[in-house]
Amino acid sequence: MSTLRYRDAVRAAMIEEMERDERVFLVGEEVGHYQGAYKVSEGMLERFGPKRVIDAPITESGFTGISIGAAMVGLRPIVEYMTWNFSAVAFDQILNNAAKIRQMSGGQFSVPIVLRAPNASARQVGSQHSHAMEHFYAQVPGLKVLAPATPADAKGMLKSAIRDEDPVLFMESETLYNVKGEVPDDPELLVPMGVANVAREGKDVTIIAWSRLTHVSLEAAAALEKEGISAEVIDLRSIRPLDEEAIVKSVRKTHRAVVAYEGWPFGGVGAEISDRIQRLAFDDLDAPVLRVSTLDYPMPYNAKLEQHVIPSVPRILEAVNQVLYRS
Amino acid sequence: MTTLDTSDELHLKLYRQMFLIRRFEEEAARAYAQGKIGGFLHLYIGQEAIAVGAHAAMRQDDYMLTTYRDHGLALARGMAPRAAMAELFGKVTGCSKGLGGSMHFFDREHNMLGGYGIVGGHIPIGVGTAFASKYRGEDRVSMVFFGEGAVSIGDFHEGMSLASLWRLPVVFVCENNEYAMGTPISRTLSVADVSQKALGYGMARERFAAESVIHVRDRLRAIVDRVRETSEPTLVEIQTYRFRGHSMSDPGKYRTKEELEERKRKDVVLRARVELEEKGQSEALERIEKEVEDEVTDAIRFAEESPEPGPEILAPTTYTGAFAR
Repeated sequence: MSTLRYRDAVRAAMIEEMERDERVFLVGEEVGHYQGAYKVSEGMLERFGPKRVIDAPITESGFTGISIGAAMVGLRPIVEYMTWNFSAVAFDQILNNAAKIRQMSGGQFSVPIVLRAPNASARQVGSQHSHAMEHFYAQVPGLKVLAPATPADAKGMLKSAIRDEDPVLFMESETLYNVKGEVPDDPELLVPMGVANVAREGKDVTIIAWSRLTHVSLEAAAALEKEGISAEVIDLRSIRPLDEEAIVKSVRKTHRAVVAYEGWPFGGVGAEISDRIQRLAFDDLDAPVLRVSTLDYPMPYNAKLEQHVIPSVPRILEAVNQVLYRS
Repeated sequence: MTTLDTSDELHLKLYRQMFLIRRFEEEAARAYAQGKIGGFLHLYIGQEAIAVGAHAAMRQDDYMLTTYRDHGLALARGMAPRAAMAELFGKVTGCSKGLGGSMHFFDREHNMLGGYGIVGGHIPIGVGTAFASKYRGEDRVSMVFFGEGAVSIGDFHEGMSLASLWRLPVVFVCENNEYAMGTPISRTLSVADVSQKALGYGMARERFAAESVIHVRDRLRAIVDRVRETSEPTLVEIQTYRFRGHSMSDPGKYRTKEELEERKRKDVVLRARVELEEKGQSEALERIEKEVEDEVTDAIRFAEESPEPGPEILAPTTYTGAFAR
């Protein structure tokens, strides 16, 4: 075990996989000479050289498409976007090529590619730089979407993603990059996709979260404990594939569920989870499933307003109280 | 420079490929009118010399990919007419198991890396295959086709820019058939010479008309040899004309009957035939045409008799491993 920050865990996964497999390379804006916009790829250019750590100009659609083409004929690209927001200009490549080539070719070609970047809010970066993009991508069959909350999961899941035969979208967070945690050193220790983690056990209510909101939900659970309420926190880690069983198992125990995440309330992953709970655990529910999402506005710059619209401990507590009929 | 084969034998072989594409598509159009083929059907009729000449200029291990007007390139690459026709009929014996349809012909065995339905979206994909060749130290060349209607969209420019910056062995072939669906080039581009788009990227460029299949082969071979040798990309504009509408639903009212008739007089397939006839190859031509007729008839019959794909095909063609839900 080593104590690593989240960013170092992501880097460790890339380095180990690039040392293991010559076909793996990293491409993106500022990943090489600049050492990464968020220093995730620091030192990698020196280690692997410009053939495998490739600085791209500002051409998200271009280098995403090139990586898809390279993946079709046998390479295993890791594409870094400076943030997931910028993937919007590569959306056609991801939606129409990465996700569809296997099907359109009748299974002749697959696209083993990893697209990774920080996602969602990042403290006052405004409406164009704060999108929670997992909601757009998780809808698409052909794609996989991961959003780990801890350094150990970041490393173990990124390694799984790089070894996967299908396109995997890997959601990090600027607000998590400095989070420290214990990370296994074993380069063959992978964290599988589609398996949620019970981040905290409880019996009165289930809070389902992923990425940064796992940490916010754990804070809320600690506050609830002081009031004598035992909250279970499920860290999904993987959005597609979704660990439906873990969610249902927890709700069968607690009979109440709150889904906490960044992203707007209209549709999205939270609505998907609510749907599955009501379909699969209807008889076990003692209250409607509630969602604590980003409020239904573009992200405001003002610090207080930003805190107002993104999900917070008080808003999670409010939702928990509602499903417990305590308010 | 390699010495180019200019024998009648080769010319007959190329004529056969062009005639196969022509007859395949004429029969596909008939089947479409009979309701046996659904969705979109974009015919290549009139442009055959380009796919066939280009294939003759490339190696079979080179990568080629194109737009949704893809039957011609697929057949030129060597896709079996049965697999092509069955795909149009939506049958499981089709090249893409009936999941792709007319616009998505893929054939891994023959390095036909697809037909793509979003204008320009496949251009970076083509560049990516060249990236992979260079990354592995192979000497394959990639060739990506698109129409003049694609040169306004961003992916064309990003693909060109990165190919030039990273010195990738890719030939960009613009099949300028003068019309982006119903809009003439004079209303889509500020310049008449598409190849000028290479200048801003410091890329080599070429421009010629698809006068004959041998001419296309000769010009492209010289370019492909240079690209293979130097690993520098090239933009090639080839002037051509499609005789049919953009797709089956397009009556082509945006051009005059006189214009169309004038172009049909320059039909590359007909011209190849006349030239070969003049060289005393009438017998060979008749034999070839008979073979092709039989092949197309067989392809139609095969497509009609083939089974449709069942729902069990959907999950394993969406993900390689377990379905991610």
